[in-house]
Formats: sequence, C-alpha cells, structure tokens
Amino acid sequence: MAKTLARKLWDTHIVRSAEGEPDLLYVDLHLIHEVTSPQAFEGLRLSGRRVRRPDLTVATMDHNVPTRGGVRAADELSRKQMEVLAENCKQEGIPLYQIGSSRQGIVHVIGPELGLTQPGLLIVCGDSHTSTHGAFGALAFGIGTSEVELVLATQCLPQKLGGNFAVTVDGELPIGVTAKDVVLGVIARTGTSGGQGHLVEYRGSTIRGLSMEGRMTICNMSIEWGAKAGMVAPDDTTFAYLEGRPHAPKGAAWEAALDDWRSLPTDDGAIFDHEMTIDARRLEPHVTWGTNPGQVVPVTGRVPSPRSETDERALRYMDLKPGVAVSDIAIDRVFIGSCTNARLEDLRAAALVIEGHKVHPKVRAMVVPGSTSVKRAAENEGLDLIFKAAGFEWRNAGCSMCLGMNPDILAPGERCASTSNRNFEGRQGSGGRTHLMSPPMAAAAAITGHLVDVREML
Amino acid sequence: MEPVRQVSGRMAPLDRADVDTDQIIPKQFLKRIERTGYGPFLFYDWRAEGDFVLDRPEYQGASVLLAGANFGCGSSREHAPWALRDAGFKAIIAPSFADIFRGNCFKTGLLPVTLPDGQVRHLIDLVSEEPTAAITVDLEAQEVRGDGFAYRFEIDQFARDCLLNGLDEIALVERHASDIDGYESRRVAWLPVVR
Repeated sequence: MAKTLARKLWDTHIVRSAEGEPDLLYVDLHLIHEVTSPQAFEGLRLSGRRVRRPDLTVATMDHNVPTRGGVRAADELSRKQMEVLAENCKQEGIPLYQIGSSRQGIVHVIGPELGLTQPGLLIVCGDSHTSTHGAFGALAFGIGTSEVELVLATQCLPQKLGGNFAVTVDGELPIGVTAKDVVLGVIARTGTSGGQGHLVEYRGSTIRGLSMEGRMTICNMSIEWGAKAGMVAPDDTTFAYLEGRPHAPKGAAWEAALDDWRSLPTDDGAIFDHEMTIDARRLEPHVTWGTNPGQVVPVTGRVPSPRSETDERALRYMDLKPGVAVSDIAIDRVFIGSCTNARLEDLRAAALVIEGHKVHPKVRAMVVPGSTSVKRAAENEGLDLIFKAAGFEWRNAGCSMCLGMNPDILAPGERCASTSNRNFEGRQGSGGRTHLMSPPMAAAAAITGHLVDVREML
Repeated sequence: MEPVRQVSGRMAPLDRADVDTDQIIPKQFLKRIERTGYGPFLFYDWRAEGDFVLDRPEYQGASVLLAGANFGCGSSREHAPWALRDAGFKAIIAPSFADIFRGNCFKTGLLPVTLPDGQVRHLIDLVSEEPTAAITVDLEAQEVRGDGFAYRFEIDQFARDCLLNGLDEIALVERHASDIDGYESRRVAWLPVVR
C-alpha cells in the first residue's frame, strides 16, 4: 500500500501495537531544556527511576538565559533552573550545552547544527516548537513535562495516530517573500486550529526549492495552526546540509543512511486526509495585526473589521482601529531572533536590508542569534558589524524576547516587529504588542520606524 | 495518581476562544522547579485588568471551567493544567482543546471534556444566569449532567481508563519492557547517539 512520509515514520517506531490502546512509539532523540524538565527529573527521583537512554538525550539552556552578562545576569529563579538542569544532567550522564559552551543555543537550532536531527527519526522535546525538526523528514513534536518524565524513564511514548494533511506550495516565491510568509499564509487560510492533531507534510516545488533554514521556519510554526507535527520529505538539500556535521553518520554508515533516507518520501498514490494548495507566486509579505498568529494580513492590507469578540479584544489589546493601513503602524522595538527565524540565512537576509541604513531614532532593535554557532558564523561574515553599525544590539544566543523569560522583554504598551512565532497577549512582556513577520520585514521596519513592505526597499 | 471518576460542583464561564497557555500561566511563573504552587498566578494578566470573570464572588469555589474553542493553544507548558488544578478546577468543558494541552490535562488528573458549541453555550448561559447551578461531569458514564439536561461526551478510552483507575503511565509502559528491549536490539547501528 502506498504510504505517506508520516505513516512510514510512524510505523517504523512502533514498539507495541494493541487494539484499544495507543501505539507505543520509540523515541530516537529526546531534547531537554531548563524550564520543562526539572519536575520530570524530580518525578524520577521520587519513584527511584533512572534515565533509560542518556545517550539519546541531550540538553541545552535556552529559555531563560540572559543574552548579555552571562549567567550572573539571570534572576535568582532562572539561575536555579539552570543549576538544577546542570545537576540533573551530571547525575544522569546527559550531555549539556550550557551557557558559555561554544555549541549552546536554542534547542531547535542546535539539534540540526549538531547533525543530531536526521531524517527518519522520532524526536520529542518539552517544547511546542519541536515540529521544527520535521524539516529533515523526522517525526517531531512537543510534549508536556509528565511525558518528558515518561520518555526519560522508558524512551517510549504512547501515541494515537493523527490524520495526514498535505500542504502543497508551488511556484517561485516573489522577491521579498520568504518561508515565514508561506507559513503565515497557510495560517491565514486555516486559522489557529485548522490543522488540529494532524501530521502535516509540506510539499511542492516551492518547498523543494527552499533551504533547510526555510523549511525549518515553516515546520516550526505548524503548531500555530494546531498541527501535531510538520514535515518535509528529505532530499539532496537535506543530505547536503547534514553531511560532515558532528553527529551525522560517516563513511559506510553515511551510505547506509542515505539508502534508508531515500526510501522515506511519500509514495505515489498515497492518500492524505486533507489537502491544501498554495500558489507561491501570489504570496505577499505577511504581518500579524492581532493576538494570535491567525490574525494576519498581507503588509499591503489594512487592519480588518472584527468578526468575533476575540477579534474585538485583540484590536483593543493591540490599540488598533479597523481600516488602518498596516504600513501606517509605528513600532518601538524590533526583535530578530527565535527558533523560527534566527539561523544564519535569516540574519543574512535581515543584514541585506539593513546594510547602509540606520535604525530609526525612535526604535530600539536587537538581534539574538539562534545559537552560539550561528553567532560565530555571522561574525565571521561580518554580519554583526552591519547590524551594530546600523544601531542594532548584537546579543548572545537564546530564546530571549520570543517568550520573554529572560531580561529581554517589552515594556507595557511597546509595539514590536518580531521574527518570532507567537503574538499572544503579553508573550514578549506584559502589555507588549507583537507583530510577527519575516526577518527582512522586521529589518525594514527597524529602518523606517513603522511596518513597511520590504519590497519597496529592495 | 488519584483515580478520577466524576467531578461535581459549580461552574465558572470563561467565554473566550483560543485561550492560549501564555494567558493561563504567563511565562514569568514558569521558573519554579516544583509541580505545585501555580494557582495564584492563573490568568495573572487578565486578573490584573480588573473585573475578571473568574474573580467574581459568585464563581469562587467553582470546580468546572467552561471555555471557548481551541482552549490551551500555544506552548506545551504543563504548568497550565497545574495552575488550573491548583486553583481548584477539576474539569474543563470546551468545544475543542489544543492537543498538547489536552494530553497534559490527562496527566494532571484534570478532565478535558469536549462538547458541541451549542451545549457549551447552554452551560455558559445557564451559569451566567444562575451561578449556583450544579453540574456533574461523570467520566464513567461519559456524561455531563445538570438540572434537566444530560450531555454525552466522547473521550479517548485509554486516557479514560488511566484516569478511572488512577494508573501510573510510566508503570504501564514499563510492563512492556521486553518489547522495548526487542525494539532497541533491532535499531540500526548508524542511528545517532549524543556522545
């Protein structure tokens, strides 16, 4: 029977299948961080259990790390969480990329960089943006802390198979339109729950033409339209990205892996439960206007009239009136960062817009690279100099103002052009207002001081 | 975990759709290393605005939360159901839930009950007019009952069994140790390890 990529991934991970029970799946890679793991380790200790496979578990510090000033700049509770993670990893023999390590970074950025994220794997992490790793043709999804404990103890997870959803994007992306606009365009059509529980495969010529970075951006935001996982079939772009990375297979193992990975793409004739097609040639840069990622319009558009109480509340919170042109919205802050858009390609795209310009005098702008490796690579190309010359702050790696658990937050009422993934109320700081967009769009907003169509500046 | 068979009590209406976990428990309160102590921070920012519905005197002591569609979307933080539980809620009734949140509820012993829009609307109208209206969420019978109505709900049967019997999911999985050992012995050699 013709199978989808998702179904192949599912079937190869079944440890046990029984009528009336969820399938028991095997986890190939478990990523952990300081915020959602302490209670899981505590649970293990209380029940006298140990970590079954520390060799398949890797930790980083990302959610609450300060992006300047090192660990001492962290508040006491954040420092405690980092200390507890270090202690737990030490006791259980789990490798940890802590602050100061040359490989530290956002968990969804370092997994691929290390070559740990590979096609065919089942990857979980106590973080909803784990779907990012699906860009490699892996089955990857976020779990809660109790499930983190379960995976630490057993390396397995009981799961019910979700439906298959194909999103086909065809055609060449216009200049100034990025992977971020593709996924915002998807969410504009589906709303925040249109993909509920589904395993989504992004396919079509546009997706094939994207770099791994672009594919990661799209898979990353699958959760924002309710999907359980997002994935892209592995191809030569995937293999070229992986070859030579620290944990990628080498020599004969590389050849064996390639043979396996080439068998993963969805078979001709496989059936999807739902399908959606998007014409990339008609996509424009997108910007969110409200307080969930589904409240999104093209930058050429206007703030829409409210269609629900949720919309009305969002307009009040965002201090916006219906009918206002998106490009008339002035901003106070710019954040280029997060697991969605803080890889080298994202920083390059933003720097291209910034070069030779200055950040608007009323705007405070910062770049937070997704990992220490990204930061180093960007500095080797001189991107840091471009950002700094324009007036951007150039910070150390972490989740930073995507969720504001560290000192990087918006003040109440501040409005931010952000390359992150969530514009929820207070997400970037209590009372802060977030507009999601691509790195070039955020860069353009930094220069003009308001939301603007980056295509006018290219 | 303590078995959960049914929840009886009063309701509190949170008539909003797409309530995300950043609202349920804002990030500044995720820095604890315990599973408890989150109750005071539930809906912290919304409460700070004043006249928040859950703070009204008539809804104090409610054990069933009524909410709009896609409740619990966003972050995977299990702190969200922990905060709801700490604040005294034992069941949530909504037209739909975000996946990870629903899974986290089961682990926390908090019942996520899905009812059609119209039935949730009836319950919200009912409790808005009559805040002391009593309700029973019966997991065994898969039924939400009150004065003059009984609504049947569907729920994942495995999760239901775990709740009804207070089963420890880790212990359940550990019973299949030989299957896990067998699977591990079949994994190919080139799969990545972290060191």
